[in-house]
Amino acid sequence: MTYAYFPGCSMRGTGRAYEESLLAVFEKVGASLEELEDWNCCGASAWTSVDRTQAVALSARNLAIAERGAAAGTPVDLMAPCAGCYRALLKTQHAFEERGAVAEKVDAALATVGLRYDRTVRVRHPIDVLIDDVGLERVAEAVTRPLEGVKVACYYGCLLVRPNAPFDDPHDPTSMDRLIEAVGAEPVDWPLKTRCCGASCYSSSPFGPVQEATLELSYEILRDAKRRGADAIATACPLCQFNLEGFQPRMARAFGERIDLTVGFITQFLGLAMGIDERRLGVRRMMRWHLPEPGSKPQPVAAGGGAHASA
Amino acid sequence: MQAHDGAPKIGVYICHCGLNIAGKIDVEQVVAFAATLPNVAVARDYRFMCSDPGQDLIRQDIDDGLVNRVVVASCSPLMHEATFRRATAAGGISPFFFQMASIREHVSWVTADQQDATEKAKALVAAAVRRVALHEPLERRQSPVLPDAMVVGAGIAGIHAALTMANAGKHVYLIERESTIGGHMARFDKTFPTLDCAACILTPKMSEVRANPNITLWTYADVVSVEGYTGNFTVRVRRRPRYVDEDLCTGCLACIDACINKKAKVPDEWNEGLSKRKPIYIPFPQATPPVVVVDPETCIWFKTGKCPRPCIDACERDAFDFEQQERIEEVKVGAIVLATGFKEFDATRIPAYGYGRYPNVYTSVEVERLVNATGPTQGEIVLRDGTRPQTVGIIHCVGSRDERYNAYCSRVCCMYSLKLAHLIRERSGAEVYDFYIDMRTAGKGYEEFYDKLMQEGTHFVRGRVAGVTDEATTPEEEGKLIVRAEDTLLGAARRIPVDMVVLAVGLEPQPDAQDVRRLFNIGCGAEGFFTERHPKLAPVSTFTDGIFLAGACQGPKDIPDSVAQAGAAAAEVLAMVDRGMVELEPSTAFIDPAACSGCRTCVGLCPFAAITFDHDRNVAEVNEVVCKGCGICVGACPTGAAQQHLFTDEEIFNEIEGVLAYV
Repeated sequence: MTYAYFPGCSMRGTGRAYEESLLAVFEKVGASLEELEDWNCCGASAWTSVDRTQAVALSARNLAIAERGAAAGTPVDLMAPCAGCYRALLKTQHAFEERGAVAEKVDAALATVGLRYDRTVRVRHPIDVLIDDVGLERVAEAVTRPLEGVKVACYYGCLLVRPNAPFDDPHDPTSMDRLIEAVGAEPVDWPLKTRCCGASCYSSSPFGPVQEATLELSYEILRDAKRRGADAIATACPLCQFNLEGFQPRMARAFGERIDLTVGFITQFLGLAMGIDERRLGVRRMMRWHLPEPGSKPQPVAAGGGAHASA
Repeated sequence: MQAHDGAPKIGVYICHCGLNIAGKIDVEQVVAFAATLPNVAVARDYRFMCSDPGQDLIRQDIDDGLVNRVVVASCSPLMHEATFRRATAAGGISPFFFQMASIREHVSWVTADQQDATEKAKALVAAAVRRVALHEPLERRQSPVLPDAMVVGAGIAGIHAALTMANAGKHVYLIERESTIGGHMARFDKTFPTLDCAACILTPKMSEVRANPNITLWTYADVVSVEGYTGNFTVRVRRRPRYVDEDLCTGCLACIDACINKKAKVPDEWNEGLSKRKPIYIPFPQATPPVVVVDPETCIWFKTGKCPRPCIDACERDAFDFEQQERIEEVKVGAIVLATGFKEFDATRIPAYGYGRYPNVYTSVEVERLVNATGPTQGEIVLRDGTRPQTVGIIHCVGSRDERYNAYCSRVCCMYSLKLAHLIRERSGAEVYDFYIDMRTAGKGYEEFYDKLMQEGTHFVRGRVAGVTDEATTPEEEGKLIVRAEDTLLGAARRIPVDMVVLAVGLEPQPDAQDVRRLFNIGCGAEGFFTERHPKLAPVSTFTDGIFLAGACQGPKDIPDSVAQAGAAAAEVLAMVDRGMVELEPSTAFIDPAACSGCRTCVGLCPFAAITFDHDRNVAEVNEVVCKGCGICVGACPTGAAQQHLFTDEEIFNEIEGVLAYV
């Protein structure tokens, strides 16, 4: 199994731990990645809301390069771990499927730099690859140190499965939960799996950052996960991870409640269970990381969430 | 081109249809053009050709000997072909010396440019003129109508239709799939807006069905095949075994007490699984017929063959028959009323509302059973843990008015939600929050009912609900279900904590509506409900003569509308039966024996089994009474022996040439 790999900007910045853990886990399960040569921005940034055609053109260049790298006629799987990149590339695919004016203009734009895109690339996400190609069985086989008793709330965010993820239910996604279960941890069933974390308000509001809104949205997610007894939140989006982890001190000041919850990438949890060294999983890069020792007595949790935290 | 009664003298009449046609087509130009066409003797226009003076124009011209063939360019044959054929006949010539050109539906309504529309109208008129010259004077055939009728589905619509016809002295076969008649209405406690007790008004009709000698009631039965044509259908009905002889069982229910299962363990479908039943059961006390049913899926005798069967001993009438097999009955009827009803929207399709995930999220049908005195809680409104809710949220439009599920409004949900709001408040004292998008209370006394609910203190929140969650953000929300909704009157997002959520699920076609549609050879709309012949002027007829519709199988409707439609369908059947015969269109196929090669291609293709093969003469023959004029054999015949009246090759080619010659 070989996949063309599109890192996107985050994997070399705030999401460095994501890339490190992803590469380690994929190596462990025997899937190899080949980084796309000369890749560029996925177009998910503010550009999308300014000019759709230009955003699509930007993104399409990556698809065209991925296609060029493959033997003629063989479909290429292009894997994008960042939820934002994944969604942007899917949207670009969709623009081509529509066969409208946008696709026509983008084709012309690609031609000016000597590229063409024949629509053969399949955009994939690591979770989709792990479940549908590698398989839960093989993931479980790789586990040497099951995360027994560790309760993980899987947070999908707004981009990964919506509006139409090819690999999961947009309303009630379960793919990360299944992975978490496969490595021995206990997924937390909660209603906020796809609730907005507010990162978009923080980073790209046309009216400037709306910190208060962001903070409250993120706080709701963390508080509910904690109430349900989660030891950690697992995500597959660098922006969500950064947002949920980084602003916890500010939340404590604003809402008078100290959350202090581990927020990691799904691949970090998988890697730990597979016995990969913490340093190779970027765990030491995290602002906070405290999981109960696997196998230690699970914390008792009241059904339907614990008592409400007093403000 | 030779007409069959001397030289054709064609009259062309262009209709303005008010501005429907004249607003887009230059009628004067079309008239002037028509006058130049060969054989055209008269070309006129009139504001409304379908009006009496319009029809008189045709009759007068024929009367005066000016015209012996008629072309009207107006709406569509479905609308007015019959009208103009009558006018043609009134002038004293064959009604089939008429041809219609559709310049409204096919031209003025669908063409943007005026000149384009005028040119297209001219082409269609030219085509009709060339064709009508070849028309033959055909005879309409008559076919007798069998006196008996069938009603499929015995909810309130089917019951009403059957009783209406039976009371007029006709014999009716009433077919019901479930073990009892009554349908959805039998499961309700009260009906809106009068708060009549549903059982009190329905069960008398149910027992009347059973008592009426003109009704043959087959429950636990379904239609497996329909053959024949209007006035003369042969229907085969499968009667599934209930393992109890219907004629012997008196409904004493002693067998249920005696059953080896001391406790009821099977989820009771009648109560939406909110209570349990035994493998031998009766859905509810007034079930009609009052005959128990053995469910072979759960009965120990059927599962293991090892049961002393105390039920048999308990039965004083010796009604048990564990060897009972399914039976096929064959009946002949003149007309059929379909009243197969609807099913509720499956609330698990909207995960955001939490049905199936949070135990205290209910569907409206479940709550109908909860408020019903014969229901699982004897009419008590209680949560799954047996406690009474203090606050209840009702969410409208679940599965309706939503492009992801059904775009249409289900029509009854606003009113039944108001009814449930009233009953819940009355029975439990709970505060009720009613989340609606628009309150649709069109109907006699309906708006007044809404007003009453507002006076009573139900809290109305206008806005679509985003979701139901158990994520508490304040101490007040702890342990509650929180309904998140935009309040569009307040201009704010709201979170309202409640103990119980009721989802007002919409109405959908029955899951097997497509199969039933094929069985009876009728149509379904895009949403899957059966299609009426005309939405305004033939609302209970279908495109298949002799098959009529009643109730929610045609589209969502409430009880008054279902009953009204059932009465209308019954009247249509009575009109047919009392007339005693139907006129059949003469546009049937026929086979020229001289040209027939005896290949029999047509025999296998005919969907109505109207073609037989004469082995002595080695030619195929069409039974014109059975033929529906679909034209399949005509298209398939390799030698051109199969032809169709009003659609002969010569007529069709001339019509095409008429269009092309003009172009």
